[in-house]
Amino acid sequence: MTSSQSPRRLVIRNLGVETTRHGVAVTLVDDVSLDVRAGETLALVGASGCGKSLTCAASLDAAPPGVRRTTGSIAIDGVEQAPADIRGRLVATILQNPRSAFNPVRTMRQHAMEGPAARGAPAASREQRVRAAMADAGLEDVDRILDLHPFEMSGGMLQRMMIALALASGAPFLFADEPTTDLDLIVQRDILNLLLRLTRRQGLGVLLVTHDMGVVAALADRVAVMDAGRIIETAPVMDIFNRPTHPVTRNLLDAHLSLYPGRSAA
Amino acid sequence: MTSLDGELTGDLAGDGLPPPHAHGRASFWREARWPARMAAVVACALALIAILSPWVTPHDPNAVDLAIRLQPADAVYWLGTDHLGRDILSRLMAGAAVSLGSVAVAMALILTAGIIIGGTAGFLGGRVDQAIMRVADVFLTFPTIVMALFMVGALGVGLTNVIIAIAVTHWAWYARMVRGIVLSLRRRDFIAASRLAGASPAQTFVRHLLPATMAQLLVLATLDIGHIMLHVSGLSFLGLGVTAPTAEWGVMIADAREYVWTEPLLMFWPGLALFISVMALNTLGDALRDRLDPSLRAEHGH
Amino acid sequence: MSALARRNQGVESRRRTDWTMARFILRRLLLLPVMLLAASVVIFLMLRLGPSDPALDYLRLSRVPPTPQALDEARRALGLDLPLIAQYADWLWKALRLDFGQSYVTSRPVLPDLLHYLPATLQLAGAALVITLAVSVPLGVWAARYRDGLPDQIVRLIAAIGVSMPNFWLGFLLALLFSVHLGWLPAMGRDGWSSLIMPAAAISFMTLSINARLLRASMLEAAGQRHVAWARLRGLSPRTVERSHVLRNALLPVITATGMYVGELIGGALVIESIFGWPGVGRYAVSAIFNRDYPVIQCFTLLMVAIFVICNLIVDIIYAWADPRVRLAAESAP
Repeated sequence: MTSSQSPRRLVIRNLGVETTRHGVAVTLVDDVSLDVRAGETLALVGASGCGKSLTCAASLDAAPPGVRRTTGSIAIDGVEQAPADIRGRLVATILQNPRSAFNPVRTMRQHAMEGPAARGAPAASREQRVRAAMADAGLEDVDRILDLHPFEMSGGMLQRMMIALALASGAPFLFADEPTTDLDLIVQRDILNLLLRLTRRQGLGVLLVTHDMGVVAALADRVAVMDAGRIIETAPVMDIFNRPTHPVTRNLLDAHLSLYPGRSAA
Repeated sequence: MTSLDGELTGDLAGDGLPPPHAHGRASFWREARWPARMAAVVACALALIAILSPWVTPHDPNAVDLAIRLQPADAVYWLGTDHLGRDILSRLMAGAAVSLGSVAVAMALILTAGIIIGGTAGFLGGRVDQAIMRVADVFLTFPTIVMALFMVGALGVGLTNVIIAIAVTHWAWYARMVRGIVLSLRRRDFIAASRLAGASPAQTFVRHLLPATMAQLLVLATLDIGHIMLHVSGLSFLGLGVTAPTAEWGVMIADAREYVWTEPLLMFWPGLALFISVMALNTLGDALRDRLDPSLRAEHGH
Repeated sequence: MSALARRNQGVESRRRTDWTMARFILRRLLLLPVMLLAASVVIFLMLRLGPSDPALDYLRLSRVPPTPQALDEARRALGLDLPLIAQYADWLWKALRLDFGQSYVTSRPVLPDLLHYLPATLQLAGAALVITLAVSVPLGVWAARYRDGLPDQIVRLIAAIGVSMPNFWLGFLLALLFSVHLGWLPAMGRDGWSSLIMPAAAISFMTLSINARLLRASMLEAAGQRHVAWARLRGLSPRTVERSHVLRNALLPVITATGMYVGELIGGALVIESIFGWPGVGRYAVSAIFNRDYPVIQCFTLLMVAIFVICNLIVDIIYAWADPRVRLAAESAP
């Protein structure tokens, strides 16, 4: 990146993902396009199994074994990018269930040093940046934590560590795949607040995958609704909540609002 | 399950199980690939030769005739003669009976011991189970050849003792497996029903638990039998097994030792027979395992 | 546990210090004499309760006719008329002073003779272990990297042959090829590196086959783990991911399996030695078995057990160093 201005827009265009089951090709994601802008959080919602996590992973060529991306491209500020070039550099990823995302036999420090080393950051400043990021993510006692292994830490701490690593990478875009789903309610709230604060402060462009409309209400600026591998509606968050157009969107809202008796979708 | 997994196993019946197939021996033949088929053919051929060997050998395997010793292959003696003038081919065939037979006996002993000991441990549970499993663990951790050597040392030299030694060194794995299965099935309803109907523990075990364990035992046995064959022939090669003049592949190689540099074929044929047999049994075992119980893929060698 | 309690409990953390490693090693070391003791009891009992009569064998090997008188005398001399426990106590007392009796055949002290031949066997087994690991690890990685491709098929074929081939047959074949036909390597004797290669290779073929398959399976399993996916998402290069996250984790089962290989390799050495005229402990032990030379059999078995237990201890220590979950969890265990 030679531009001195930080990137403004990430576009995923015509993403298609396929797998083979019992010899038959099955389409899991069909012609999905998403538009993530700096300083803005785009929520990608849908029921479980609709293909939203796959969209995130496959757009960066990190689909699970046996699943392949058939079409699609990812472009930053209009320039098409090779996923291998932008992973970890221009797009950071945080996942749900942070415990299994860390290597069980390596310490936090070892994890933290890998990223900068891959990016070719100067050795002296690596630890500095990570420490600052960890503090930003709300982790106290940074020295002690860096020496810990994943099994020695709680879920909330691991998720904060994950966020810290994303911050430390300096990537302007963040893909957050259900980052609060496996956490306790109190910890969930903390992490959501943290994400909100950090993304506002850093001006990150966030693609937030979630099935929880409460999270959408808390964090999102715009919402894309997905069903059976396709995007069926994209709109600003208030429009989605007040004037949903697609039946699937309406169902999602109804299910969510049914938790709060006395309300229903428009 | 993460949302990613959820999306992969979503609507279609991708439930992670292998595609269903028909059961029974006929379908095994139909569905097996060519290595498995060849292995099955070879294994059957060997078994046949072993069983029929007293009647099928072209010459008497023990007929010594020093006048014709160390002759190359010709029309009469298809693989030539050994250092005592005996027909190599006939000795190979007779050796099949001994090599395969001793392994079969050893395997039978191992399975019996495994079923009885493991079944008892699993069925009775509690202290008995713990004690038995401790003992089994000791046997499991020690190297088989050293233990076998010691057993032969304690019991004396001879094929019977080699078989016993091999059985003693190998039973523990099977006992553990049987115990595991029995433990997992013990609480099921059909066991309780059987007991309520008045069956004794032994009867319940035999009639209900045994069939369930047989499939896995069979797979483990065929996977293991090649390995056991190598151990038996190794001990015989050292001279601790059969006594002369009995033909056995390991012993034949040992006998051919002096002539390795001048008449290498003497050593070659019995070794080749061993190699082919073990390879066939291993391939067969792999095919059986892939069909019946792919979860056993992990190595458990001795 | 409520979320609040969990927050209060905070982190269940342990500072990793050298002390935890030392404590782990110490605890495992204490097991060693216990296992040896237990093994010695079993060995002793089996021999004494076995079908043969040591007095008879002693006389036979000393070439004394087994008259009833001679038998009585022999029994008394060997201490066989004492109760079993007394016999064992006597044996144990002497054993603790490293006196394992004298061979019925040579009348020489047993332990020094065994220790004289032992290094050669250990060298052979050790070389075989090195070959096993040095060959099987690259093969396993290669097969996993090109799963179902040509490298995978090749490794699968090699492994299938390796687990089926009798090592003594392979030894002869290698000797024929490399000594007789090509003249590259010496066939007999223990004389420098060139004489070590063939026997070590013959012994290691089976274990390297097993290990290559194990590592391949282990790598494929490790590659499917989520932390590997996240490592890629963080922008690490495929090579780095393979090395630091797949291989690093996949090697753990291999370490465990190595304990098992040690047994097979030593056993293999005992068999192969005679083929290559390798002056190890195998020949001594086998002839002792033939002759029913009980002091030698007893001491030999105990020695082998001790070596095996020590090797497994080393393997366990290496594993604990490699997998922090083992070493740190052991601390919190009651």
